[in-house]
Amino acid sequence: MRITQGTFSFLPDFTDEEIAAQIRYCMSKGWAMNIEFTDDIHPRNTYWEMWGLPMFDVDDPATVMYELNECRKAYPNCYIRLSAYDNSKGWESLRLSFIVHRPTDDEPGFRLERTENWSRTQRYKIYPYATDKPQGERYR
Amino acid sequence: MNEVKARSEKERYKPGVIPYKEMGYWRPEYEPKDTDLLACFRITPQEGVDPEEAAAAVAGESSTATWTVVWTDRLTDYDRYRGKCYHIEPVPGKENQYFAYIAYDIDLFEPGSVVNCAASIIGNVFGFKPLRALRLEDIRFPEAYVRTFDGPPTGIVIERERLDKFGRPLLGATVKPKLGLSARNYGRVVYEALKGGLDFTKDDENINSQPFMHWRDRWLYVMEAVNKAQAMTGEVKGHYLNVTAATMEEMYERAEFAKELGSVIIMIDLVIGWTAIQSMAKWCRNNDMILHLHRAGHSTYTRQKDHGVSFRVIAKWARLAGVDHLHAGTVVGKLEGDPYTVRGFYDVLREDFVPKNLQHGIFFDQPWGSLRKVMPVASGGIHAGQMHQLLHYLGEDVVLQFGGGTIGHPMGIAAGATANRVALEAMIKARNEGRDIMAEGPQILEEAAKHCLPLRQALETWKDVTFDYASTDTPDFVPTATPV
Repeated sequence: MRITQGTFSFLPDFTDEEIAAQIRYCMSKGWAMNIEFTDDIHPRNTYWEMWGLPMFDVDDPATVMYELNECRKAYPNCYIRLSAYDNSKGWESLRLSFIVHRPTDDEPGFRLERTENWSRTQRYKIYPYATDKPQGERYR
Repeated sequence: MNEVKARSEKERYKPGVIPYKEMGYWRPEYEPKDTDLLACFRITPQEGVDPEEAAAAVAGESSTATWTVVWTDRLTDYDRYRGKCYHIEPVPGKENQYFAYIAYDIDLFEPGSVVNCAASIIGNVFGFKPLRALRLEDIRFPEAYVRTFDGPPTGIVIERERLDKFGRPLLGATVKPKLGLSARNYGRVVYEALKGGLDFTKDDENINSQPFMHWRDRWLYVMEAVNKAQAMTGEVKGHYLNVTAATMEEMYERAEFAKELGSVIIMIDLVIGWTAIQSMAKWCRNNDMILHLHRAGHSTYTRQKDHGVSFRVIAKWARLAGVDHLHAGTVVGKLEGDPYTVRGFYDVLREDFVPKNLQHGIFFDQPWGSLRKVMPVASGGIHAGQMHQLLHYLGEDVVLQFGGGTIGHPMGIAAGATANRVALEAMIKARNEGRDIMAEGPQILEEAAKHCLPLRQALETWKDVTFDYASTDTPDFVPTATPV
């Protein structure tokens, strides 16, 4: 299966040129780019690990691309996403967030567990098969 | 137009009937205060009725007046409580129609109550005999009044954070056929659409708890579908469970069950009324729930320009009352929606401050204090082939709902959903890359369809479908006169 979190997951994986074009767009809006990585792809896993701080004062996409490639080298077995942060009043949140690196083309997906509850209701729990293994040993 | 005779206090309160204009409701010298609530009405006086008198009557009948002089007025600080018509102007290009601007003191309205405001401003006055027709065009709510409301329980930004979806419109679909499916079959549509790439599916306005599908059954099968789709995609998904019911008690019961089952969103219909809407908004705020409002019934009073209430007023009331989603037009789909007028509605829902813009039908500056933003919903007769137009007209903070445009796909519902999602992401990518999507839209879609068979089929199926009819609810002000 393919995890479809992020803004562009239904498109073929972006080339570096395509990633840089999106970074350029974000920078033109004054948004700060942030690189994050994780090997826990649960949809409620909000806090991916940060690759340094958000790049507040950077205006050259090449800088972000350099950092992204460093992150890829260090964490090839993780998902990596790029996010753009807008600090203007009334928003103060992300404006764009997309996956730029996947640890494998053959993503194992999620287990859906049902627990019988009162009446006919079910308690649902989903978790990524990969998280059966400890952190750092997943997707190897 | 006649001079107003200034009456002395004693003359003004002589028992009997005097013109509204002379009762203090026609006040061309009045300077509206920042704390006044301002309203713009379109009035069509009956034959022979002086427009200023008609406008004064509207001010009177929507505030303190009754048809005759009453001495009990003099027990009050009456000048404060009178609605004051401070300006009137002819409607461009219309015979015997006028815009009447009326100021109301803030103390005429209960804080934090939409229903009280509605009862005053669109109360008895709309049946007043000396008027042939009356339309409430717009209201300026003073910031002091806006701040007495809680507003949307979630708002655009928090909704995006909760769903973890940024940088693109959200995608939805209403389950079809809207009546007759059993709960089990209904859940099938939900599962296929969400698995295929939509973020939301939706109950329709009139699906509540009918003989063919009771509400509890629907809740159970739908939540099975939602959870399974989440597991198949790794994304947060939702279905708007319509909790609309005959009584508040039943609505709360349905909402509680939705919460227990882990739904992220519930839905109500506009016809439940402002009190019920505000009650549900409060419930949602207390239960971390997104609230979707379907505007069922609004076209009975918003569509015709001569009489009724403009949808921009409904949109403003909805933001005050506190909903997170509101259907506000598609421009290109099957339902009424002039581009400029729709833009005005979207601004009302999404902006922190909406400046006066007559070309968009916005008659006043509108500050929104710190009230959260409402996500507009575009639904009705739209399909993937219009993606560039939808993004151009509606922007990125909107839910695009493709009902037929998902479920009617020749290869099935999931394929329909995938076609929409691919078209959307391709268009966002192209826009961000700086391409002119209105000029290159069809080409961008063709390129995206090369790696997506469902999109190719969707474009082929609906390529010639457009709904090109003249709108009835259009702005009265155009930048330059168009020679005919």
